[in-house]
Amino acid sequence: MNIHEYQTKELFRSYGMPVPEGGMAHSANKAVSVAEQVGGDGWVVKAQIHAGGRGKAGGVQLARSLDEVQQHAENLIGSRLVTKQTGETGRMVNRVLVEQMQPIDQEFYLGLVIDRASQRITLIASAAGGMEIEEVAAATPEKVINEVVDPAVGLQDFQCRKVAAEIGLSGKQIHKAARIMKQLYRCFRDKDALMVEINPLVTTQEGQFLALDGKMSFDGNALFRQPDIADLRDFDEEDPKEVEASGHDLNYIALDGSVGCIVNGAGLAMATMDAISLYGGRPANFLDVGGGASPEKIANAIRIVLEDPNVEVLMLNIYAGINRCDWIAEGIVKAMESQSIDVPVVVRLAGTNLEAGRRILSESGLDYIHADRLSDAAEKAVKAVKGEAA
Amino acid sequence: MSILVNKQSKVIFQGFTGQHATFHAQEAIRMGTNVVGGVTPGKGGETHIERPVFDTVKDAVKETGADVSVVFVPPPFSADAIMEAIEAGIKVIVVITDGVPVQDMVRVKRYLIGHDAIIVGPNTAGVITPEECKVGIMPAHIYPKGRIGLVSRSGTLNYEAVEQMSELGLGISTSISIGGDPVNGCDFLSLMKKFAEDPETDAVLMIGEIGGSQEVEAATWARENMNKPLIGFIAGATAPPGRTMGHAGAIISGESDTAQAKMKRLDELGVSVVQNAAEIGRTVLQSVNSRK
Repeated sequence: MNIHEYQTKELFRSYGMPVPEGGMAHSANKAVSVAEQVGGDGWVVKAQIHAGGRGKAGGVQLARSLDEVQQHAENLIGSRLVTKQTGETGRMVNRVLVEQMQPIDQEFYLGLVIDRASQRITLIASAAGGMEIEEVAAATPEKVINEVVDPAVGLQDFQCRKVAAEIGLSGKQIHKAARIMKQLYRCFRDKDALMVEINPLVTTQEGQFLALDGKMSFDGNALFRQPDIADLRDFDEEDPKEVEASGHDLNYIALDGSVGCIVNGAGLAMATMDAISLYGGRPANFLDVGGGASPEKIANAIRIVLEDPNVEVLMLNIYAGINRCDWIAEGIVKAMESQSIDVPVVVRLAGTNLEAGRRILSESGLDYIHADRLSDAAEKAVKAVKGEAA
Repeated sequence: MSILVNKQSKVIFQGFTGQHATFHAQEAIRMGTNVVGGVTPGKGGETHIERPVFDTVKDAVKETGADVSVVFVPPPFSADAIMEAIEAGIKVIVVITDGVPVQDMVRVKRYLIGHDAIIVGPNTAGVITPEECKVGIMPAHIYPKGRIGLVSRSGTLNYEAVEQMSELGLGISTSISIGGDPVNGCDFLSLMKKFAEDPETDAVLMIGEIGGSQEVEAATWARENMNKPLIGFIAGATAPPGRTMGHAGAIISGESDTAQAKMKRLDELGVSVVQNAAEIGRTVLQSVNSRK
């Protein structure tokens, strides 16, 4: 689960980390009053959307007067911002963050992730701040410092000082930076984060550190014990269909092809999508119905997939282990009763209660394309898209 | 032989009296698995599906000699249950639970150091040695006994592969799903080492996914150390990037972890790479035959 920059910075502040003076605004008037409140003679107006790449897309504007604050906020709020991470349709900007402009001396990168290789929380730091860390790692891997944290004792001061020295800091700055690393680690650990980035972490001309930007994502599986983080979820930032699907305990991700897919298990779902593209088609979505799916859940899955106007064929590929083919079949019949399905439907069932499932389907009178195997199902689905008889 | 579990394994279920654990314990028993009891704190002394219930794993081990545990405990309490099993001396801990917080697993893996236990999962379909022992939620009847070792992340893709192989007359020595979580118990490499030593396994099929570098590490080891055919598949060639873990996790390993990049690396390492999930069975058969 992701949160906005202004929310991240509020969290940072609560852990004692230095962030620029500022505040969030839903309107241009409010943006001006925030600017007045924080004072100074220059401000930054930043569009608050979850996608990155805002700066290059015009989502971060500098203002030299309150009038300019007003102007930028008016332009941004209510507009759709298209960045390289949003896709062509962009994201609606519902709010901006207004901050005091800061004279910057140096820029650094600081982050924490759960590293798959070490299976531990790992601190990442670089003197190449303000750039995307993936690009820095690819071009100049020696500029990216990694420090693995032992979960038994947590991040130690000496590790922070070591990292601070390795990114070129000296004197008092080593201690100041180390303190921020420790605070960032505590925030990450306490809140069940998966990733946090300060990019850039800057020094001002007075030698003070400031987290100029902040990005944070959290473990969805830990939200049961992080109610304050769960409250920060912004449903406007998510695909409405993905939100609806997650409400039915379905894992749905919209894609841009024409073969609607309903599968059980993430691995089989991915392999099914791969097979569709190998036969020349394109999947319209990823959808994992999970285990023990009830007929109601299957019917909901079918409805959600068919709401996508690009879907030209519906394909169900279920290998039932803890699922039951008879429940899947009942779900298909249920969906047909409540809506007209005017695209070809390819069904491949296997595993638990297969015979009962097939019987329900054949007795339902549903006009569907039967498939025995994965290859069969993918091939028939792709043919159906092309209008060929399967 | 086989790996991890066999006819001699003494199995307990943690969260024994819950609905899912009860169902799957009964299924395991039906297949002939030696289920010796279970643990539900507060229900010690009771009998459930004709087997004793214990308050603690330690009691269960003491009374039954259990060496394998299947964990069905809900996510908020899973890490605690796994550590309890580790401390009690259980050798193979299979964690079926889906939704265990990642940082809990980071701590569990730290706790594991110095203990002689293997964790499979969380979020796994489990382990099966056909006709001997089933510690998982997979449908046992689709797994014919045979000589192919199978290790996958996914459960249902594992079933898919088994069906394709069994249609071609190939059976399974042991099958393990390691689960799809970013921080999980045992990895592909540790299981590859066990399959390499298992006299009842002639070839190994590894079914991976996008993300991480476990498959490449296992294949790198196998190239130098395993004299058995290794067949590999990576799911997720069409998956959109950055949807689950962002890119930040990948920069440390320094490896590109797309399906295409991984399949290329596996191919370079001498693995018979399956390009199409529908061809898994046939590729395994070809690979086994070419070795004869």
